Amino acid sequence: MSNRNIVASMKPLGDSAIIVQLGEGISPTIHELVSNLSTLVNNHKFEGFIESVPAYNNLTIYYNPVVVHHSQKNKVAGHASLTSFQKVSAFMEVLVQQIGTNLALEKRVVTIPVLYGDEFGPDLEYVAQYHGLSAEEVIQLHSGAEYLVYMIGFAPGFPFMGGLSEQIATPRKKTPLLAIAPGSVGIAGKQTGVYPLETPGGWQIIGRTPLDLFLPAISPPTLLQAGDIIRFTPISPEEYYHYKEMKQ
Amino acid sequence: MTVNVLQPGLLTTIQDLGRYGSQKYGVIVSGAMDSYSLRVANLLVGNAEGEGALEITLFGTTLQFDKDSLLAITGGDLQATIDGEKAPMWRPILIRKGSILRFKSAINGCRAYVAFAGGIIVPPIMESKSTYLRAGIGGLQGRALRKGDTFECGEMSALNQSFAQQVEEMTEHATWSVNFSALINLQQVQTIRVLKGTEFTRFDQDSQQTLFSEPYTLSTQADRMGYRLEGPALSLADTFELLSESVTYGTIQIPPNGQPIILMADRQTTGGYPKIGQIISADLSSLAQLQPTSTIHFKEVSLEEAENELLKKERLLDELKMGIQLKRLQ
Repeated sequence: MSNRNIVASMKPLGDSAIIVQLGEGISPTIHELVSNLSTLVNNHKFEGFIESVPAYNNLTIYYNPVVVHHSQKNKVAGHASLTSFQKVSAFMEVLVQQIGTNLALEKRVVTIPVLYGDEFGPDLEYVAQYHGLSAEEVIQLHSGAEYLVYMIGFAPGFPFMGGLSEQIATPRKKTPLLAIAPGSVGIAGKQTGVYPLETPGGWQIIGRTPLDLFLPAISPPTLLQAGDIIRFTPISPEEYYHYKEMKQ
Repeated sequence: MTVNVLQPGLLTTIQDLGRYGSQKYGVIVSGAMDSYSLRVANLLVGNAEGEGALEITLFGTTLQFDKDSLLAITGGDLQATIDGEKAPMWRPILIRKGSILRFKSAINGCRAYVAFAGGIIVPPIMESKSTYLRAGIGGLQGRALRKGDTFECGEMSALNQSFAQQVEEMTEHATWSVNFSALINLQQVQTIRVLKGTEFTRFDQDSQQTLFSEPYTLSTQADRMGYRLEGPALSLADTFELLSESVTYGTIQIPPNGQPIILMADRQTTGGYPKIGQIISADLSSLAQLQPTSTIHFKEVSLEEAENELLKKERLLDELKMGIQLKRLQ
């Protein structure tokens, strides 16, 4: 992989950010490129770098164009009058060509306990009926798979995951609910996710985890990060309340 | 100094220049909607420009102070008074023990900023004092100010004390003020400069032209998260599925109903609607000062112009910083 030439396109997201596009669609291969580039840029920060944010197939770099403009270090040889965007593009281009020399980052595996069904998973029966399955079969399919966290977005610690079985992929609700409880585990189309905060949402809610996904007092502030492997494991109401008590 | 909140007003929060570095965890940036005004307010009272200050929205906030102190009011004109007398803006003001600062309602702009010498003492969360309302973190207990709240401000430095004396000799407020008109525009009909967005060419020809030729009205659904606009609907040439990816302050996205939404300081970190445009950073403060029902004309500029405008305003701020320092040392 280290020998091949990776093609990246650079597009501005306004005057203070750049999107480095590393492919199209959703695949674990492109995800590896994105997370490698993210690691590279965080280990080789240019002057004016603010932060990087991974998505499915691109990485956004936020920078301060005023600092980049005045920086002596960021000068590109032979180009005196480049814009800040051009300077950052040139810098990122060099990093893109270094992807592949540090592939196979170690993956964290995070197990999320879930109390499925009943009042914590009010849509479990709907999902089961929609596919002609029993509730038990839906739980087995959901907790029997491994999921890759492609990115975090929408809310702090909210994972965009791939790997949901087609057998339980279910359209989202026509009318979103105004408030979904924190910890709710849901399905929307081919995606599954966990709500970290009380937010409005239209996902089919099949269960709830007692774990906190957003932990503002610690660093990093979220249970899940892009690149993690997730497993869901069914728990009983007793176990659920035991987890809740342990947290206090 | 302790500040007592007698009336919180419509929405008053503690903000600084935002919470950066955690967007990859889905933690939004927040921060002052009009960052130029926040920076100037802090500079006027001798703070670091990114110190936490109050962002006051439209009307109704009343505060009382338990000590003599220095503060500065910038941003939109919300008809501030101190003990019933008109409070001058864009300059340091000496406030007296027991005095009452009241914001009546906006006659110009939408948001006022109040910076206190010594800053506001609240614990930084992820290195920022900005209030993140939905997650309930930052600022004062993660929420907007309420009636009966109190918060502490830092001690005045020796320099600030001598400066306060200097202001006192000028009859309670500085006789000079900052000319802000080159930094922000408080008009309610504005031309806002825009870069083409990442999906600009995916919109049909009509929509590409309409964005820059027709005026849009800011609806009443306009808050710290986003501004919903009303005007001619914009549509894609062909529908396509866009995956969620980063969005930022000033991103103009088009949901299926075709009415633009401008993402503001409390935007989510990622979004999945096509992005037709991106407002240049130099114009974000002016945008933040628009009230609902005001009119926006979008004007296309190049990335190079956008960077130059930002550098120009940054130079103005540098000059301002030096000017204020000289005044303070007089």
